[in-house]
Order: sequence, then structure tokens, then C-alpha cells
Amino acid sequence: MPFYRSHILVSVDPACIDAGAHDVLDALNDELVAQGLIDEVQVLETSRIGDPARFAPDMIVYPENVHYANLSVDDIPYLVEEHFLKGRVVEKLRAQTQVVTDEELGAPKPKEVRIVLRNCGKIDPHNIEEYIAEDGYQALANVLAGMTPEQVIDEVAKSGLRGRGGAGFPAARKWQLCRQVPDNPKYLTCNADEGDPGAFMNRRVLESDPHSVLEGMIIAAYAIGASMGYIYCRAEYPIAVQNLNIAIAQAREFGFLGENIFGTGFSFELEVRMGAGAFVCGEETALIASIEGKRGEPRPRPPFPAVKGVWGKPTNNNNVETYAVVPQILLKGADWYAGMGTEKSKGTKTFAIAGDVVNTGLIEVPFGITLREVVYEVGGGIKDGKKFKAIQTGGPMGGCLVEEHLDLPVDYEALTAAGSMMGSGGMIIMDEETCMVDIARFFMEFTQEESCGKCTPCRVGTRRILDVLEKICAGKGTLADIDNLEMLCEEVIKNSLCGLGQGAPNPVVSTLQHFREEYIAHVVEKRCPARVCKALIRYEITSPACTGCTVCARNCPVEAIRGERRQIHHIDDDTCIRCGICAQVCNFNAISILS
Amino acid sequence: MTQIAEKRGLSDIVQTAVEKHGATPDAFIPILLEINRENGYIPAEAIRLARKFLHQPEEHVLVSEGQLYGLASFYHMLNTGVVGRHVVQFCESAPCHVQGARDLWKSVQSTLNLKAGETDPQGRFTLKTVSCLGLCGVGPVMVVDEDVYGNVTPDQLPEIFAKYE
Repeated sequence: MPFYRSHILVSVDPACIDAGAHDVLDALNDELVAQGLIDEVQVLETSRIGDPARFAPDMIVYPENVHYANLSVDDIPYLVEEHFLKGRVVEKLRAQTQVVTDEELGAPKPKEVRIVLRNCGKIDPHNIEEYIAEDGYQALANVLAGMTPEQVIDEVAKSGLRGRGGAGFPAARKWQLCRQVPDNPKYLTCNADEGDPGAFMNRRVLESDPHSVLEGMIIAAYAIGASMGYIYCRAEYPIAVQNLNIAIAQAREFGFLGENIFGTGFSFELEVRMGAGAFVCGEETALIASIEGKRGEPRPRPPFPAVKGVWGKPTNNNNVETYAVVPQILLKGADWYAGMGTEKSKGTKTFAIAGDVVNTGLIEVPFGITLREVVYEVGGGIKDGKKFKAIQTGGPMGGCLVEEHLDLPVDYEALTAAGSMMGSGGMIIMDEETCMVDIARFFMEFTQEESCGKCTPCRVGTRRILDVLEKICAGKGTLADIDNLEMLCEEVIKNSLCGLGQGAPNPVVSTLQHFREEYIAHVVEKRCPARVCKALIRYEITSPACTGCTVCARNCPVEAIRGERRQIHHIDDDTCIRCGICAQVCNFNAISILS
Repeated sequence: MTQIAEKRGLSDIVQTAVEKHGATPDAFIPILLEINRENGYIPAEAIRLARKFLHQPEEHVLVSEGQLYGLASFYHMLNTGVVGRHVVQFCESAPCHVQGARDLWKSVQSTLNLKAGETDPQGRFTLKTVSCLGLCGVGPVMVVDEDVYGNVTPDQLPEIFAKYE
């Protein structure tokens, strides 16, 4: 094979041909011959390179990886002389790529290490070959060709990988438990029912890199001895479902799924099952019930799914992220993975950052990073220069952490010890203008709505907690209500059947612990310090700033504002419904909220 | 006449859904989702029809209407009541809440003159709340039919709703 120092790939996409790609090709060949470079530079035809509407005709030069666009025959002599004779890239002919902003992910931020998210936004999720080009299915090949199931489990155990769904149970131990059960067939389930508000890491992986989840599942199936798998994906993620189905079909076509994978005699089938909008289905026994076509209601454990799961057979259930990271661990080795993180929490974790920080979106960081680094370095700090107030981790059943916790290392144990939890990885950051009683009420509203109703402590308890919080927010609470709240929370935590009920009071417990004075202000002084709770605030127009422009009066939906043009206006407190429109429309910041 | 035509339509929908997903227990939820999507909601008649197709004692598939209704009423995305031509789903989760959804929600309700779960008398819009859609990076988020709107502000609402007749 002859050696070429450079390769030029010219797009002969129909649109490029239309725009003169063939003439460009001819001109290129002629010019390379004329310059005596034809034995050093190879010209090839290829399919589409960039968007033809913007770039046609275009070509790409390797190994430099330079994309030239909108070429004409007249450009070629200069281009060949500059680039291939003198070795200078011709900037004016380079494709002007727009800066694409990915609001969710974007470029890695400081302190990020991307393993699970490494392919997201980089490869085409609809094309298995792009995944293969990024070492995809290499780990599966290595495993099937040279490792016993026990060796796979040992390697995963050595890596320290813990379940990313929230509880942090060691993945390898779970696999081992299921493998040992002397019952067949065995099933594998992937929990893609990512229902925690604010958490969307799994959605992104499923949409952008579905094959990594598939590969992890096939490896796990081999380790456990499972023959059938289900990915349970919530129906709120239609694109994830679509991309998973495409990926499964392609993997089957390539022989990575189905009968006799890689000719090793190992067989595994995989199907997607869709949820239909029930948060509790993220709980593993409820998830299994839902796969079987039942109401997604949890049942007591034991028996654990490893013994009796889907159709009463041994079942291993892991989260999307847990499976997605498995191929990388087997490819790069357990030691590499265990080299990141803290003593008991190894590797990296994806988080979805939401709320009042500058950079919201997805991040992936090694365990052990501090919350301060997450908020201020990765998250870019609090928006509009306001003050940090609290960070809610672990989703609706997690807790609120405050300033004094900011230097905690993020790992399973440290967050639990501080009264919150890792959860699936949602983090909501709140600034000083957030009312913590309102936030607690808000989370209770969610868990109360999502309680499946099977057990009384959760069904009735969450309702009662919410009633009390609503009473406090409405300014009708008493000190006794705060005591009642604490008692209720304790009972619900102690007596509920599954994690939803046991965790539901956490936002109330943690806000009571850290922001008790706010609760007291609500019930004793009838005041909302953050000026959020409608029943406890009033709007007032301050005299020096008001110019009498009448904007507020014209926008008030209940005509509560009176005043002559160029005269200071006045809000009638009894008529005012506290909608806040006047404050939004005022151009002079003349309207203040008092509590 | 219209009633008969409507009924036949429903029967077709149910039968097609059952044929597509198969008459096995693990297909019950996908079948109900499909009926919901095609018909907008799952009327009692659809439950009756679905049970007729699905209950096959000789294949050991046993199912009652009550069981199917139990599924339809358990899962939020399945509607057991009539819905309007367009369904507005408003994300009520915390990240949207702290990013302005609190005020937006009030505007949505007053613009449509509907509360959560209601349908207007003309059958144009049904307003529903929905749990996190995972689009928190662009909150507050609202979905009309299958169109997603992110970073929504109250003043954009009339323009958005005007697109749906």
C-alpha cells in the first residue's frame, strides 16, 4: 500500500455535486499533478461532511482535520500551493462553524471528568458505528472472549462501583447475589424511570449514547447468567425510548444481541418497556410490577428481586448510569476507576444542576469534590450576585444542606451523615430569596401526589404533613403545628413501606433543622422572611421612586392601584391579590414587597 | 349514525393496539398507552373492548375490566376522562418552580381560564400538570401536545396558545 502524507476527502453528496464538487475534484487532481504532489497527497470521494446548505461543496484534509468549505475551481491552485506545498492552512477557505450551544451539557466545566457522559453530543446515537469507533463493544468482545463471569464480577467489585440509582449498593455484590440463586431463567432490568424532579442525567445518556447502556447490560447479563433484559424507561422521555429502540435493532443486526453473541454460545435479548407516568415506578419492586403489566405498587422486601423479580424469577436491577460505566471499567481496568473518588465512593457521578446558579445543566465529577466546588466552580456561583441559601440534593426525598455543609466531600456516606442523600443526582441550588417553608411545602405536594396509596403512613401521612405546611404558608399556623409536623414526619419515616414514604418527610425534617427560625417567623410573627408566601406579604409603593407613570395601575388585574398621573400611586391592601404583576412591570423599582 | 361510526373507530383502535403489542400481561400498559394516544383518553367502552381481546383463559391470560381500569386510573399519563383537542402539560417540578414557574402557572391558568385537570367548554384545551420532563436546563417548561416550550415567560403565553385551534 502506498503511503500518503495527506488525504483529501471531497464530499460527493448530491448537493455538493450540484454545487460543483466534480469540478473541484478535477481541479484538485490537475493541480496536485502540476505541483508534483500527486504521489504524496491522496484525493478520495466521500459522503456528506457538513451541512450542504451551508458548506457545499466542501472537503476535509487529514491528518490535519481541516474542513474547507464553499470551494470554487478558482480557489484550488492557491489552496494546493499554500496547504500542501507550504504547509499553511488557508483560513479564509475554512468552514465557519457556528458555536453550537448545548444548554444541557456544553464543554466540560472546571473540575469535570467525563466518563459516563464522554460520548454525549460527540457521536451520532443513531449510528452504532460511531459508538464502535469510540471503543464501543470492545469491552464486550474482551469479556466474552477471555473472561469468566466470575472474573467480570471480581473486576467490577475491585473497581468499587456502587449503584447509581441512589442507594449506592455495591454493583458486583448485587450481581453475585443474583448469579448464586439456583433458578432460571434470570432477568436483567435497567431502571430508566428517572423521575426525580431536576434529574435528567439518565435521559441524556439514553438519548445521546444508548449503546453504552446496552453494552453494560449485555456484560452484566453474561456475568449474572441472565437471558432476557428490560429497559424500563419513563414515557416522559419519548426520544430516549426511540433512540433505545434504534440502538437495540442495530446491536441485534451486528450480532451483539440475540442468539450466540460473538459466536460464544451466550445469548441475550433486550426490550424497552415504557412507563405511563408514575413516579413510584422508580422503586424496584414497583418497576417490576409495572413491567409485568400491573399497577406500579411496591411490595415489601425480602424477597429481594435478586431472588424473586420479574415473573417471580431472579432479577438484577441497576440504574442507567451504573450499566453505562461498566464497559469503561472493563476496558480501562478496575484500578483506573478506583483511582478516582473517595475511600468508599469510587469513580465519577453525574449530577443535574438546577436552580439559581449561573451554569445549570449536566455535570460529571469525581466523588470527593466539595459542594462548594460544585456550586461555585462547576456551577459558576449564584445568579445575579445573590447569596447562597441552600442546596437540595437527592431529589424530592433528599434534604436541604446549607452554608456550613459546603465543604463536605460529595460521597454517599458524607451526604447521608449530613441529613441528605446522594439520590440519583439532582441538585437544586437556592438563593436567599427562597422561602424554605414554601420549598418544603412544594416537595410534600409532589410526594403526596406521587404516593401510590398502598400503605397508610405514606398515603395519609404525606397528606397531613402537606395540610400543616399549607396552613403555615397561609399564615394560620401555630407553634403547636411545628411540633405536630415533627411528630408526623417521624411516624411516616418509621412506618412507610418503601423508600418513597420513608424519604418523603426529609425536605421538611432538614428545613426544620436548618431553618427553624423561618418556620417560627411564619407562625409567630406571621411573616415570610423571604417574602414569598402570598398570605404573609403585601405590596407597597415607595414614594421617592414612584413617578406616577400609571403602568402599574393599568396592569393590575383587580384595579387595586389608584392614583393620578404624575402623582404617587397607592395600593389598596384589601383588594390586592398579591399577584406581583405591578412589581414586574414597574420601571422604577418603586414597588416593594413587605412582610 | 355518528355514534356508530365513533364506536367502530374505537374498536379498531383497540384491536390494532392489541395486535401490535400482543395479548400478554406485559403488553397491557403499552396497549393502554396506545389507546390513550389514538383516542385522546380511555373511555369505559375501550376498557370493555380491550378486556374482550385480552382475556384468554385458554392461553392463561386472565384479566378483568376492573384490573384494566385499575391501570388506567393509576398511571398519570392515561386519561380516563374526555380531553380537549390540545393538551397543555405544565411541569410542576422544583427546578421549574424556582426558575419562575410559580408565577407562570398563575398566568397559564388565567390565560386559559382553566385549573389543573380541567377542559374548556369548547373542548379546545385541557390543562394538566406533569412531573419533571427532565428539561430543567430550560425551565420553566410547558408542553402543548407534543411541542415543548422552554424558558417560557408569561408574556409569551397568548402567542403560544394562539397556535392551537
